[in-house]
Amino acid sequence: MVASKHLFKQKYILGWICIVIAILPLAIHNINFHHVMILLVMYAALGQAWNIITGFTGQTSFGHAAFFGIGAYTSSVLFWRYMLSPWVGMLLGAVIATTVAFLVSYPCFKLKGHYFAIATLAIGEIIQQLFVSWEYVEGATGISLPVMGEGFLQLQFHRSKLPYFYIVYFLFILVLVTAYLVEHSKMGYYLKAIRESHEVSEAIGINPTEYKVYAMLISAFLTSIFGSFYASYILYIDPFMVFSLPLSMRIVLLTVLGGLGTLYGPIIGAAVLIPLSEYTRIFFGGTGKGIDLIIFGFLVVAVACYQPKGIVGLFQKLFFEPSTAGGGKNG
Amino acid sequence: MLTQIIATGILMGFVYSLVAVGLTLTWGVLDIINFAHGEFLMISMYSAFWIYTLYNVDPLLSLPLTTIMAFGIGYGTYKVIIRKVVDAPGLTALLATFGFSLLLRNLAQFLWSPNYRFINQSFVADKKLTLGPIIIGLPQVFAAIGSILMTLAIFYFIERTKTGRAIQATALDKHTALLMGIPTEKIYALTFGISGACVGVAGALMSTFFPIHPQSGALYSLLAFVIVALGGFGNIKGALYSGILIGITEAVGGFLLGTQFKYAIVFLMYLVVIQIRPKGLFGW
Repeated sequence: MVASKHLFKQKYILGWICIVIAILPLAIHNINFHHVMILLVMYAALGQAWNIITGFTGQTSFGHAAFFGIGAYTSSVLFWRYMLSPWVGMLLGAVIATTVAFLVSYPCFKLKGHYFAIATLAIGEIIQQLFVSWEYVEGATGISLPVMGEGFLQLQFHRSKLPYFYIVYFLFILVLVTAYLVEHSKMGYYLKAIRESHEVSEAIGINPTEYKVYAMLISAFLTSIFGSFYASYILYIDPFMVFSLPLSMRIVLLTVLGGLGTLYGPIIGAAVLIPLSEYTRIFFGGTGKGIDLIIFGFLVVAVACYQPKGIVGLFQKLFFEPSTAGGGKNG
Repeated sequence: MLTQIIATGILMGFVYSLVAVGLTLTWGVLDIINFAHGEFLMISMYSAFWIYTLYNVDPLLSLPLTTIMAFGIGYGTYKVIIRKVVDAPGLTALLATFGFSLLLRNLAQFLWSPNYRFINQSFVADKKLTLGPIIIGLPQVFAAIGSILMTLAIFYFIERTKTGRAIQATALDKHTALLMGIPTEKIYALTFGISGACVGVAGALMSTFFPIHPQSGALYSLLAFVIVALGGFGNIKGALYSGILIGITEAVGGFLLGTQFKYAIVFLMYLVVIQIRPKGLFGW
């Protein structure tokens, strides 16, 4: 009874949040605001995808930029060299990212806790170094995507950012629904069992490695899609941008800030963090002195110190009974 | 030629070890990944630089001062930030240290500009040591010797002294240690201070032959993560040996496959070793 009521509540609130996000760019006509909203939705989705492997399953990944970068590079190279639609590249990139995830995750899931986290970090760095010295994809110079006429097929719009927003919004809803379905399926419960105790989950007949790999594959697939989108949006990529550790950490940061292992977490985290970092950058970034990141760093520390359960924890304390807590354990 | 490269790698490895020893202490005792560790190193390098520039004191002479200051930074960081997140669930502590590293790195950029700075006039600068076929720079030799001494001192402190044993006990089980009368709160603060002192020494030694800039700590903290994991978390001996191993791998790998791949090789080696020893070389 109580559980189903909670389920209803969560669905309900998530629905309202999504509707508000969809309407906001229509209500406020400002190019900076549209840009911030696009990034917000993209990072919320990236956090959601990362949440599947780390929040639900408890396997901390510091290397998700690798999947993002693979998506970005696959669609960009195909578009730039062979004039293939970014949509095809997006799908192909996701397949490649999933394959890479499969190849690296099997050996990595032998490792536990921090050893796994450092392994994902190492893999991310190796992939970055390979792209930096890979001639075919222009190495460290990066790829500038050719500017074409506007169109859905080539995923380029020049007069307005709104089409980009609704495309990324659609992809975001796709990720959200996937994350919701994963969380409420049998697999979701298996994943949470694995998070709470590897040994116990094994004892009750779950194959932890198998399910961890499934979670990783889903997570990598979804992450890669946004890499392709990002490349088409920015029209320029280089390895230091799309494969960078700061990008991986940004995904980690916003999800933990919002609330790890919850569906709201990444959305709330992105809604706080992305406008904060983008607007401090817009206002103070021009000085080139890093004031924006000083403020940003300070606020992150402050939230961590005074609201250790993330912003979701704060909301739960204010609006819900304490039993709805969803923040997971980790490490 | 190869002996020359291996020798350089070993010398660099000792410095890496010292940075990693600092990291492994906080990691092992508090179970906290300190992402700001590299920034502590960067600040130590800057303080050596400023003491040198303003008061014309050689970095090797001002080393004790830099170390005490770095100890203070570590101690203060614990008191102000880490204390609040040490028992928080999930990855909150990581959030705090990562935010703090961003803060420090950009504060350094704000205060001292992103320019590369060098200490040219240290009394070890531009001097070479020739041992048969091997020619090595005196700054590297001093850095290696200083790092070895500091690592040994830390090792002795942790293994032999009463306070060191209290740190070990706290690392094993905080609550039991508290019941045995160990002031764990003080031990935590002390551990962070010592961790800072490690990079204080490393920073002062490295400032004689490395460019100093706001990003200069980032790479070493990344390497230190890998070294710590390779050696086994909280294991000082492990950090020492794997630091040397990483130093050699970096030098030889860079020589054989090109310098652009040297870090890729280091990370790859971690992935290979960890397959055979899933808890690090010296973990159990």
